[in-house]
Amino acid sequence: MTSAISVSGLVKTFGPTRALDDLNLDVRTGEVHGFLGPNGAGKSTAIRVLLGLLRADSGTARLLGGDPWKDTAALHRRLAYVPGDVNLWPGLTGGEVIDLLGRLRGGLNPRRRAELLERFELDPRKKGRTYSKGNRQKVALVAALSSDVELLILDEPTSGLDPLMEAVFQDCINDERERGRTVLLSSHILAEVEALCDRVSIIRSGHIVETGTLADLRHLTRTSISAELAAPPNGLAHLDGVHDLVAEGNRVRFEVDSDKLDLVLEQLVSTGVRTLTSQPPTLEELFLRHYEDAK
Amino acid sequence: MIGTWQLVRLALRRDRVLLPIWVLFLVGVTYSTTTALEELYSSQESRAMLGITANANSAFLAMLGPLHDWSSLGGLVVWRWGVFSGLFIAIMAMLVVTRHTRAEEEAGRTELIAATVVGRHAPLAAAVVVAGGTSLLIGLLQAFALIGKDLDATGAFAFGLSTASVGLVFTGIGALTAQLSENSRVSNAIAGGFLGVTYLFRAAGDAAGESGPQWLTWLSPIGWTEHVRAFGDDRFWVLLLPLTAFVLLVGVSSYVVTRRDVGLGLLPARLGPAHGTIGSPFGLAWRLQKGSLIGWSTALFGVGVIYGSVAQAVGQMVEDNPTLGQVVQQIGGADAMVDAFFATVTQLLGLITSIYLVQAVLRLRSEETSFRAEPLLATPVSRWGWVASHAVFALVGGAVVLAAAGLGLGLVHGVQVDDLGGVLPRMVGTALVQLPAAWVVAGVALALFGLLPQLTGVSWAVVSVSLVLTLLGPALRLDQWVINLAPFTHVPKYPDITFGPLAWLTGIAVVLLAAGFAGFRRRDLTT
Repeated sequence: MTSAISVSGLVKTFGPTRALDDLNLDVRTGEVHGFLGPNGAGKSTAIRVLLGLLRADSGTARLLGGDPWKDTAALHRRLAYVPGDVNLWPGLTGGEVIDLLGRLRGGLNPRRRAELLERFELDPRKKGRTYSKGNRQKVALVAALSSDVELLILDEPTSGLDPLMEAVFQDCINDERERGRTVLLSSHILAEVEALCDRVSIIRSGHIVETGTLADLRHLTRTSISAELAAPPNGLAHLDGVHDLVAEGNRVRFEVDSDKLDLVLEQLVSTGVRTLTSQPPTLEELFLRHYEDAK
Repeated sequence: MIGTWQLVRLALRRDRVLLPIWVLFLVGVTYSTTTALEELYSSQESRAMLGITANANSAFLAMLGPLHDWSSLGGLVVWRWGVFSGLFIAIMAMLVVTRHTRAEEEAGRTELIAATVVGRHAPLAAAVVVAGGTSLLIGLLQAFALIGKDLDATGAFAFGLSTASVGLVFTGIGALTAQLSENSRVSNAIAGGFLGVTYLFRAAGDAAGESGPQWLTWLSPIGWTEHVRAFGDDRFWVLLLPLTAFVLLVGVSSYVVTRRDVGLGLLPARLGPAHGTIGSPFGLAWRLQKGSLIGWSTALFGVGVIYGSVAQAVGQMVEDNPTLGQVVQQIGGADAMVDAFFATVTQLLGLITSIYLVQAVLRLRSEETSFRAEPLLATPVSRWGWVASHAVFALVGGAVVLAAAGLGLGLVHGVQVDDLGGVLPRMVGTALVQLPAAWVVAGVALALFGLLPQLTGVSWAVVSVSLVLTLLGPALRLDQWVINLAPFTHVPKYPDITFGPLAWLTGIAVVLLAAGFAGFRRRDLTT
């Protein structure tokens, strides 16, 4: 499988601030890749470097096989971008902006444009200054999604959308995946990433701390188990991979490393299981763990 | 009105650098002008000579107004600096009011403030207090500066209050225009346009002395400063005019505030087309810049018409007045007077046009800082293509604006002297001669944008300094090398046009522009 985006050792400083610190990122062609991190972690900076808007201090970045700083115009023909802060020209209507950005990218699909306007319930006749934040984002989304491009770079595209529109957005991204397009989706909304992304990279202080499929990442984490057993638990506390065990009579609650699940379950079964609930780790827990580690 | 004082303090805190610079600049120039005039015209005879020539020279009359009283140093200061001081204070007041009202509202910060314990009128009241207060402070300090030069105290206060009064009127104008439009750029443009008209009415009224339409000056807040006659009759009652205007304008503005929603203007937004026809960076730049280009061209055409119509009265004035006639004969006759008038007028037009050029270039920076450049540059539009799309409006648009001014001058004067075919092309040509110097100023703005984007605001300082050096430099007795720093100093004066200076001014402009282009290609997008 080829890489749509491949970044290694990227460094970008702004005065004393190290916004990107040895960043490595790999986005495969055809996948929806989640780019997770809190505010100020360097998501937008990384994206701006990929778009040739900022120049990296060191490291290499390849985008669709080209150099984002040198081959800017040629690469931009093949991608569409939705910025995190969408500001429109106050005197231009949403429709005019959509058509402008589409034409600059080399044309857009009018059927798809009309369909998207309807799905997002956006009135294209309003002037830029009268749109709310969410509606400005919709303008940029419609422009990007109705362009015929290989790669979509979306920087927190749903931060102003309501839950209904969030659902529409997720449908649209799933459509894009089926069309075979690559999507880099920066976000701090975990549910969105969980619902959409094939693979995820977590960024902290300008450095990728974790990358992989959700399954991979879950594997590194713990599953919560609570069970009612036939008899009081026996030897569970000493088992490798069991954490935070709480036992009250026949009831137990604990967390277990996901790769030690087999052994622990065998132990439970040998005691006799009446009820069992297991909860897979959420991305949120994963995420919080990384950030709490940093503190 | 609750919360006004907190907002005043907030405004003063935000403007803690800007306002002191305005105050120091305007008080400093008052002091140094007085010192220079004191040395230049130390004897009574030299002052009388200046009085006769100044009132005979319609270029001077149009630019500075008549010299009413040359017997005292104060009278000279009023003549040399009164009109411009008022003009500058007006610009300050207008910018400050817009900055703290409409610009705040546009940025959505007023909403943040309005949701706290703050009265509906507080933001406007605070802006009026800051702008009006600063105008008065400047006026008073100017008076003290003059008293410090041993000038008559009554006259000094009449002068200070008369210049400050222009600031008060334009505090009111700014307050009103800020209510009309949702866009701070538009509200500044309306107020600035009004200031231009104000200056022009005064200029047209003064330019031909008593042979001209002097009543026009009574329609102009800048004209009122002249009618105060500081260091002469000290007619303080004239100040009632600007004071009334101020009260009325602020009253109307605060009435409008109660009639409209936060964030919106009086002029309602309409629906527009659902589909667009713009398909290139130039198309977008045209859409964004055409209003300003058309507005400036129309305005400067109007300025040209007014000055053109005054030109004949300049010759008339010489015939009306035999004593004047003799003085004028010594400096080359009535024709030479008309030529000198056109030389001054076209230089003034060039200086004004340079404001348009810088504004057109700085559009690049405001597009960048408002994050509107980012989505464009994430399309196949190249950095050069984007910069060029706007720079064209400075370079070619500047030529259009100047040609419009020349057209206005030539049409009217040509008809008056019955030689349209000869005068029209000559006037358009004379106006276009100013272009290379204006390009240099635009080049500085573009170079700053490309190389030091955080400092693009310095472009306005360059415009102001070039204005002051060109118009006041000789009178302030600055060293010639300092005056030479202003590009307009080097523009050949009508009717002796030589091409050497034009060529090297163009050369400098090209180098500056190239530096700007190259710098922007290499730098990060910043806010």
